[in-house]
Amino acid sequence: MAEIEIKNLHKSFGDFIAVKNSNLVIENKEFFVLLGPSGCGKTTTLRMIAGLELPTSGNIYLDKEDVSYLRASQRDIAFVFQLFALYPHLNVKNNLSFPLKMQKFSKKDINTRVLEAAKLLRIDHLLKSKVSSLAGGDRQRVALGRALVRRPKAFLMDEPLGTLDAEFRELMCLELRKLHDDIDATTVYVTHDQQEAMSMADRIAVMNEGEILQADSPNIIYNKPKTKFVANFIGSPGMNFIPVNEKISPNQSSVNISETTLPIPFQRGASSSDQNFLGVRPENLKLVSENGIKGNIFGVEYLGSRKILTIETSLGNIKIRVDSDTNVKINEQVQFNTLNNNQIIFDGSTDKAIASEFMT
Amino acid sequence: MDTSRSPLEPSGFSRKLAATIIIVYMVVTLIPISWIVATSFKSVDSAISYPPEVFFEPSLEGYVNLFTNRSRQSEEYLDSLPEAETWYEELVRSRDMVITGPSKFFGRYTNSMIIGFGATFFSVFLGALAAYAFSRFKVPLKDDLMFFILSTRMFPPIAVAVPIFIMYRKLGLGDTHLGMIILYTVVNLSLAVWLLKGFMDEIPKEYEEAAMIDGYSRLQAFFKVVLPQAMTGIAATAIFCMIFSWNEYAFAVLLTQFNAQTAPPFIPTIIGEGGLDWPAIGAGTTLFLIPVMIFTVVLRKHLLRGITFGAVRK
Repeated sequence: MAEIEIKNLHKSFGDFIAVKNSNLVIENKEFFVLLGPSGCGKTTTLRMIAGLELPTSGNIYLDKEDVSYLRASQRDIAFVFQLFALYPHLNVKNNLSFPLKMQKFSKKDINTRVLEAAKLLRIDHLLKSKVSSLAGGDRQRVALGRALVRRPKAFLMDEPLGTLDAEFRELMCLELRKLHDDIDATTVYVTHDQQEAMSMADRIAVMNEGEILQADSPNIIYNKPKTKFVANFIGSPGMNFIPVNEKISPNQSSVNISETTLPIPFQRGASSSDQNFLGVRPENLKLVSENGIKGNIFGVEYLGSRKILTIETSLGNIKIRVDSDTNVKINEQVQFNTLNNNQIIFDGSTDKAIASEFMT
Repeated sequence: MDTSRSPLEPSGFSRKLAATIIIVYMVVTLIPISWIVATSFKSVDSAISYPPEVFFEPSLEGYVNLFTNRSRQSEEYLDSLPEAETWYEELVRSRDMVITGPSKFFGRYTNSMIIGFGATFFSVFLGALAAYAFSRFKVPLKDDLMFFILSTRMFPPIAVAVPIFIMYRKLGLGDTHLGMIILYTVVNLSLAVWLLKGFMDEIPKEYEEAAMIDGYSRLQAFFKVVLPQAMTGIAATAIFCMIFSWNEYAFAVLLTQFNAQTAPPFIPTIIGEGGLDWPAIGAGTTLFLIPVMIFTVVLRKHLLRGITFGAVRK
């Protein structure tokens, strides 16, 4: 197993910049997720680590060895494709032994390893089947098995659950994480699904437009996002951004928003703009009867254990998470306020979070 | 109202219409072939009798004549010979002739096999390599090159017969197996490249990427992963190439004579006594149809079945 480091990694296709000067260290045995919307450069980054694309500039180190321009076959990594890429002309067993045949293993060793991987993934009863006769989840397991048999330095996975049914995806999420822990692998996993990322990752790197915006544990990514994009992308629904029409200076601890004074965490930095945003998660807002920000109920989403209210205000639409027994009607006038001090001020000109007592 | 049938399926009437059209077409195409096959089993006399005989007494005379050279002998000489040892000797003697040796047909037939299968193999092999390159790599002027390759088929190949004839004479390729294989490969190659490129484009590149990550080189990945999945396309291409090389007549007449002559120019020149030996020609044609028929039937299942179906989820 291995540590993966990328240094000033840059990739452009003609005029299009897919990955901008990225830096990242993925630690040994870590389950690392690259998360971002489509076209953000996460798959390109993964393919460069795999050796399926070569960087325009920058370096990739696998266990301190520079592999930036090595062929994929010389890197000793395994890749699981979104479409599985199981060889349709071979049965399950031959698909699993395909990588080993190249490495001149004896027939006996190949059989042992294939059986071992198949048992681990509970597909040992399917070894003689054709891959085209398998269900989605089993195909996924065969694809994982093919990665597993070689015992590579790292597993790279490109949206491997993207084509599975929702029900299966949850199951495979759990299985993947368990597999990762069982074999102590270093895994780099690409997805656009934040729930998948949050539920599996040790650390997540959120990417947008070729840049890595933040790489942290799911907890920090969710609660202390460093940029407005991360704050909005993570969480369903994403963070609310309430416009703050004043300059933020160090030691400030409240802001005025539409005739209401809201307390904010003790600020350590200053804003460069006087048009900033107060970022607050829907669950950190509450309905109040007085001294709140006023608005009208625009929509109610019932989610079983809770409700998400969309409130139309002069500051834009704000989402609040409330208990499901809260009774409100569409167009009803309500007031809301912050529940606690878990708020972040984003600088309006840079979209970056300003340092504060909460953020550190 | 019959509701067991999906409204999208063809109605009973259109099915019947389709069947009728197919039957008519089959009759039109099969009558000449069955007439040739029938002729091959006729005697020389009944083959040219008027009105034509639809029902006749079958004879293997055509096949015997196809494979042998014979000479007519006097009755005294035939009587002086010992008893005929084989059924075909007896058949020949009943026509007052003796077998003087094997005919050239077997050699011509072998030439057709060598040249037909050889040209097919090289067309498909080179075509697959070129198609793969055009499908996967950034080839400069790709579209222009593809058009150029196609343009070699925009005139009938025989239009360049004279330059090819002269070129082959100078290069010593005239009347050689190699020359004919090269010629048929060149003619087939553009078709092979175009057909196979379509099939290669359909194969997701993830397969090769997976193989390359698993330690295979690109060429190994091509042979182990891409080619097996392109079987459908390869089979279809091989059938077309085979049919062309097997049936080609004009160049064969022009460029081959003794050494590398194929069956098509040979068969119509089988001369009997006082004219063409129609049963022998029929027999030659019948035997000539068999290999290409077997080839097509064997590869047919690949034509109809996409083997990659269902293995990749799209």
